[in-house]
Amino acid sequence: MRPLLAALSGALFGLGLWVSGMTDTTKVQGWLDIFGAWDPTLAFVLGGAILPMAVAWRLTPGRSPVLGGTFPAPPEPSIGRGLAIGSVLFGMGWGLAGLCPGPAMASLAWGGTGGAVFLIAMIAGMVAAPPLRRRLDPPAAPA
Amino acid sequence: MEQDWLWGLLGGLMIGSAAALYLLVNGRIMGASGILGGLVDGSARKVATERLAFVAGLVGVPALAVLVAGGAETHLTSNLWVVVAAGLLVGLGTRLANGCTSGHGVCGISRLSARGIVATLIYLLAGGVTVALFRHGLGVI
Repeated sequence: MRPLLAALSGALFGLGLWVSGMTDTTKVQGWLDIFGAWDPTLAFVLGGAILPMAVAWRLTPGRSPVLGGTFPAPPEPSIGRGLAIGSVLFGMGWGLAGLCPGPAMASLAWGGTGGAVFLIAMIAGMVAAPPLRRRLDPPAAPA
Repeated sequence: MEQDWLWGLLGGLMIGSAAALYLLVNGRIMGASGILGGLVDGSARKVATERLAFVAGLVGVPALAVLVAGGAETHLTSNLWVVVAAGLLVGLGTRLANGCTSGHGVCGISRLSARGIVATLIYLLAGGVTVALFRHGLGVI
């Protein structure tokens, strides 16, 4: 059941990314182009996506996931160097190409060679990250 | 188009519903970079089947929908150097930050996580500065 529900969730996620315009780099870069012809569409995407999730989080206390296990623990409050530096790097890449990880996967079928090259480079960056992350935020270091 | 915001809202609700489904049924955070990153760096072997299924749905179903709809465009830049640099930055950055637009932005902000809110503010700001610099400054994108 778990893989089936995961596939359903992935499918709905991907369809939503396409319908919303998140797989169209023109719209994404237009949203980030605050000093140019700013496109507010992505505010509706983010707002629309947060609504169902805000309801979902309110349903979690005192319950368990339908297919068993436990809900994810509350995130650590600490803001580490990895979070800050990583978010700067991610924002730069997102601005340069207009693709973030979800849309890069969802648009693979119609993204052409460029889309495939982006995905391969993104995976290379992901593989390179763990050693650098351990150096930025050593597990035993004080906060 | 005039209705862009409506499509944005509809698509956003679909994205949030997908995240809610993954949380309430499977008990997982729907973060695209974490799901793919854990698969490719080998840290998610125990949950690999579930994650592969998620990726299969994410890649396969929009592919079918776009085929039926008669095609779509990503309008990605044809400058492959920019594409490679951007891909590396997105992959490395999201895994250092432990989340991207879906994990920090959608799942984090909706539970009022400080990490999610801070990460989202940082990557939005960095993205805005990057577009300003490379579009209006250097004219590269």
